[in-house]
Amino acid sequence: MPAQVTERQYQGKVHEDSRRLMSAWMGELGRAEAEGRPTGAIMISGNCVELLRACHILPMFPEVTALQNAIRHKSLPLILKAEQAGYSSDNCAYVKADIGLFLEGGMGPGKPMPFPNLIVCNYVGCNVYVKWFEHLADISGAKLFMLDVPFLRAAEPSPADIQYVVGQLRELIALCEGVTGEKFDIDELREIIGYSIRAEEGYSRCKHLCKHKPAPFDSYFDSINLMGPINVLRGTKEVADFFDVAVAEFEGLVAQGLGPLSEERFRTVVEGPPPYPYYKNFRNLFAKWGAVAVQSTYSTVGGIWEWGFRHDPARPLESIAEQMLRENLTNRSITTRYQQIRRYVEEWDADALVIHSIKSCRLFSAGQGDMRDYFTRELGVSTLLVESDLEDPRYYAEAQLKNRIDAFFEALEHKKVVVRAAGRRGAGAPPAEASR
Amino acid sequence: MTPEQILDQCRELVARPLGAVAERWKAAHPGGRAVAAYPVWAPAELIHAAGMLPLSLLGGGTSVELTHADARFQSFVCSIAKSTLELGFQDIVKGIDGFVFSNICDVARNLSSIYHRNFPDVFVEYLHLPQNSTSPGVAGYAASELRRLTQGFEGAFGLKVTEPALAKSIETYNALRARVRALYAFRIAEPQRLSTTDLYVTLRAATLAPPEDAIGWLDDLLAGLRLRDARPRDRLRVVVEGAFCEQPPLGLLEVLEEAGCYVVEDDLMLGWRWFTADVAGDGDPFERLGAAYVNQAVPSSVRHEGREHRSTGLIEKVRRANAQAVVFMPAKFCEPALFDYVLMKQGLERAGIPHMIVEFEEKMWTFERTRNEIETFVESMLFD
Repeated sequence: MPAQVTERQYQGKVHEDSRRLMSAWMGELGRAEAEGRPTGAIMISGNCVELLRACHILPMFPEVTALQNAIRHKSLPLILKAEQAGYSSDNCAYVKADIGLFLEGGMGPGKPMPFPNLIVCNYVGCNVYVKWFEHLADISGAKLFMLDVPFLRAAEPSPADIQYVVGQLRELIALCEGVTGEKFDIDELREIIGYSIRAEEGYSRCKHLCKHKPAPFDSYFDSINLMGPINVLRGTKEVADFFDVAVAEFEGLVAQGLGPLSEERFRTVVEGPPPYPYYKNFRNLFAKWGAVAVQSTYSTVGGIWEWGFRHDPARPLESIAEQMLRENLTNRSITTRYQQIRRYVEEWDADALVIHSIKSCRLFSAGQGDMRDYFTRELGVSTLLVESDLEDPRYYAEAQLKNRIDAFFEALEHKKVVVRAAGRRGAGAPPAEASR
Repeated sequence: MTPEQILDQCRELVARPLGAVAERWKAAHPGGRAVAAYPVWAPAELIHAAGMLPLSLLGGGTSVELTHADARFQSFVCSIAKSTLELGFQDIVKGIDGFVFSNICDVARNLSSIYHRNFPDVFVEYLHLPQNSTSPGVAGYAASELRRLTQGFEGAFGLKVTEPALAKSIETYNALRARVRALYAFRIAEPQRLSTTDLYVTLRAATLAPPEDAIGWLDDLLAGLRLRDARPRDRLRVVVEGAFCEQPPLGLLEVLEEAGCYVVEDDLMLGWRWFTADVAGDGDPFERLGAAYVNQAVPSSVRHEGREHRSTGLIEKVRRANAQAVVFMPAKFCEPALFDYVLMKQGLERAGIPHMIVEFEEKMWTFERTRNEIETFVESMLFD
């Protein structure tokens, strides 16, 4: 029996700084109404947060509100409230938790979460975004701007795609000017993009550090500390500095040969969002096997930075459009995601793929059985597929998950033993049977 | 032909496997190609203008057992996505050369690329249809997307779509849609002469034949229906809403009427009667079709319309059809329909229009509970 794997409580400065930055932003949102500061709702995936920032509109992210309520075990009453109002049990629970927050009195004028002054639906692949923001506009009465980003149908967006998005970004700027009464300054946007580039560079560097053995952090469970700053607060000096600190800290761990667990036995790539209502429980199911995620697709929802794309201050609107069109997971096809995962498995030297299939987000999950088929049958990558939800705790069945995860890693361990034995035989050692 | 003969012919066509429909047409058109379009809207005009046969791709209905696709798509995914993939695995669409999908929902999006991965030898294209309905560049962008599709046809089949050919196809489909609008108007006026199952089968058959042929039989049907003898009954006039993609089984539509409803409006096969009026004008036909998509589309759960509330189009439909109630009929797991249900029902309640909801799956085969629910709803309305 292998020795017990323990979790090293290493989170330290990255975790603390991330929490401090996100709390400060939430505090700003809470005060925005009283201070007369305009707010704009926007989605995480492939967002144009730099533009809102340059227009002096404080961004708010309903997805972040929903996930925070889930991780604090507050989502179920909100979901039930929305279902009482007519939402189906088969609708995305992120949306229901957000609408439920309004119905419960947690969102609106004078409430902890203000209504946005402007709703910018960055339609980046996810059709539920369209519905979500239509409903948010309906309850809040705020102006809805539908920023239609064409889905990536080839390796590169066409010039027509880029031109179409840039045209809409210009319209959005004019709309923001109307909301704030302030003139947009392109040089301010360039400065903001400069901070974005520093953060993108840092995020990318952190993810590449996970190629080391052991990986200095879990690129699925710990990435949440990096995802908040990169997706929500990108374009600020504080977040550019945060990533400098994060890189230094993770480089330090690499130098010391330290990872998040006492031992890294299995390196995994994880596909799909986590079950926020049972985040820690779910993590423990993998930690006990010494399984560390060295890459994850969820961490690229907002942007894929590890392959070199950066915003460009010389082409500010065009590069924002390119990021929305191409450089994020959600605006790419699921089979393009197969190639992203394949690259992760190969370049990050992973032992297995774990697919966490969630009911709420069909964009992520619809067809993941085909993904499993591709990785197991065509590539021979050990693949585990488990199901629950990112927001609705009713879909999290821990005993069932534990059985499947335990069985998977037992089999994976056995496979490793067999491979090692074959390696020894190949190196001249006698076969196991003969050496008895 | 009498209406009954036409309807028999339509039923026979609808019952035929999709691949067989294509093969029969190709036998009469050597070298011809057939391209099928997944719901909701696809530019059939472009397929037609390339000299190919446009077909509707509406899943497996009640006729296909899932043996492969349910291992690819999870239990919480709608039936039409799974059965459409299954059609490929079981060779039921053999003979169809291409498939067109679009951004109607997240499942359709993934289905498109998964279909392509599993069947790399057929042409598969995914269209991005604009969700922004008001920006100045939208219509032009829609036109460019249509041009991109024709480039795909040219690359895959060597078939060009010329502007004159497209202009002619637009005219042909304008004529077809005018007949369909006339049939819908006829049903509003005299629902006792045209049942919803008959109308539905006719419309569905029209999407499985060259439009020129369909126009002929729709004319005959319309003329014959006017002579049909039928006595009006004391029924509830309802609008059916939510079945724009996955199609309900015929049995469910029959139950709806048997339980005391006249369906006077619906959104079945919505994409094939997408435009509120003819695609008009002269000039570049790609631009005209793109502009029509943006400015002349019927209200739909799969297209964002920034100029009006979600419930507005439905309420107008109720008023126009002189309906008394709405029966929401979303397919199980259909997110666009299920989300819109909330805003639509709130709008109906503000307008004082009664409603009920009946979820379905294409393979649904027992309807007694649904019949009971509908009967109760109808009685509560008629004897109130």
